[in-house]
Amino acid sequence: MEKETCRGAFSKKILEEAKKDRDIVVVCTDSRGSASLGSYPEELPEQFVEMGIAEQNSVTVSAGMAYMGKKVYAIGPASFYSMRSAEQVKVDMAYSHNNVKVIGISGGISYGALGATHHSLQDIALMRAIPNLIVEIPSDASQMTGLVDAFLATETPAYIRIGRGAVPTIYPKDVKVEIGKAIRHGDGTDAAIMACGQMVWRALEAAKLLEEQGIHVSVWDVHSLKPFDEAAVIEAARACGCILTVEEHSIYGGLGSAVTEVVCANHPVPVAVAGIPDEDVPNGSDSEVFEHLELDPKGISERVKKLMERK
Amino acid sequence: MSLSLEKKKQLLLQASEVRERTAELIVHGGGGHIGGDLSETDVLVNLFDYMKHDPKNPKWDGRDYFVLSKGHSAEAYYVLLNEYGYVPQGELDAFGSFGAKLGGHPTKKVNGVEANTGSLGHGMGLATGMALALKMNRKDNRVFVLTGDGELAEGSNWEAAMSAAKFKLTNLTWIVDRNRLQISGSTEDVMPLDDLEKKAESFGFHVIVIDGHDMDAIREALESRTEGKPTCIIANTVKGKGLYCAENQASWHHKTPTAEQLERMKADMESYRKELA
Repeated sequence: MEKETCRGAFSKKILEEAKKDRDIVVVCTDSRGSASLGSYPEELPEQFVEMGIAEQNSVTVSAGMAYMGKKVYAIGPASFYSMRSAEQVKVDMAYSHNNVKVIGISGGISYGALGATHHSLQDIALMRAIPNLIVEIPSDASQMTGLVDAFLATETPAYIRIGRGAVPTIYPKDVKVEIGKAIRHGDGTDAAIMACGQMVWRALEAAKLLEEQGIHVSVWDVHSLKPFDEAAVIEAARACGCILTVEEHSIYGGLGSAVTEVVCANHPVPVAVAGIPDEDVPNGSDSEVFEHLELDPKGISERVKKLMERK
Repeated sequence: MSLSLEKKKQLLLQASEVRERTAELIVHGGGGHIGGDLSETDVLVNLFDYMKHDPKNPKWDGRDYFVLSKGHSAEAYYVLLNEYGYVPQGELDAFGSFGAKLGGHPTKKVNGVEANTGSLGHGMGLATGMALALKMNRKDNRVFVLTGDGELAEGSNWEAAMSAAKFKLTNLTWIVDRNRLQISGSTEDVMPLDDLEKKAESFGFHVIVIDGHDMDAIREALESRTEGKPTCIIANTVKGKGLYCAENQASWHHKTPTAEQLERMKADMESYRKELA
């Protein structure tokens, strides 16, 4: 299975685009290494701003630059950008209509044993409640690359969360990403799995396991948490009669909540929310934690079977 | 360049009118942050006379930029924007009513306003980003940001100050409305800020300390710059300046004058203007 990191894909794409557009600026918070920025700072020093370890100021300064017409990509750890500078995102980006895209790297539990200080498991709950903000979690490197094209075509500010490790490639390299549109994989109607980020390939693997057992499911890649594809949720509810949501986020306020809100209001069917429970996360790699929490392909397939009993 | 006597008189007259109209606006609109409005007035009036800007073409790319970081002191700003023709009288009159364009904190929906402010500790970073972008584009427009002093307990100001110095933003001028009072009392009791001059200097700023009601000193400070450093003007001011019962009173941070207090202030301003004339 081919694998690539989303951060690597972003860096490659943004360097390519920034060479063509002098208004693109990349902002770092002592994070050029962890962001895999590579040669960008050396190749385009006039379009690179190092802010030091100061996420709040990084967002605000980015907003000031955006007000002057710059297209700013602020990249650093999701845990700090989403919570420490949440107010700056709300006020200086979203409320102020300043075209800044925050790329939160090493999101979810990517940092593993570095612990809760470095995990971002509440970011989607927070960010999706902010008006005038796009919220995206791409599921593979191709989608990340396609998202940059989509972002360059909109002045709406955005928060993007990506993971640290390489993820299996799901989409072709030149995939076009439509912000606000979920992507359906498969046409099974026994159950729907709606997932985002690096849980998408796990959901697709779970679908294969289920297929072997004669259970036919559809998997939706819900990369846009905002704008949220309500039509896709209603379609999943109608077509499959039950939905399992899978996310690398607290079970509160993320994809599961978003799906539940839409299902309850439009087409009530059983929904199960799989994510990080409301408790401390054990030390370990993300894969180890996912297995422990039954968020690996096998665990996901078992959850689907349990959910189907409620149909 | 020092101010001509005529210009100085014109600015003092305008400041007096802005103070009076600000108090009226607050009374009419049902409340406002009058203390800080009145302390910042002379700086604002002088700055708007000094800055490059064109009310007929608010987005003129040759303009200088102003960010009111102490967004709660919006009423004096609105009155001044109205005097320059940015804000129509109807919008000003609607202040305090449901759905009004002018709220308790400024937004870019208001003609002439460059930044949405209100949450403290944001203006410095915004102004730094604006000045940095201008520098990247090799433009010589200047950026002015006015903060309060109580506001400086927000750590984000100091993050911004560090970065403004790092980027050698000669085009950035940070003005502190140093009225030494905040809602709970003296800034030095709530969270001591002195020695602010040394603090700003050690953060890499070219620092000037002035009487923030002295038009000559304000103008001289606005003109003063040192190559390779951002500038910090510490404007020592009197909170509630011009409203006899509010001067240097923390309780007047956000308070509405009574009809009698407003009348007395108007009479004071009127006799002050006669003296000037």
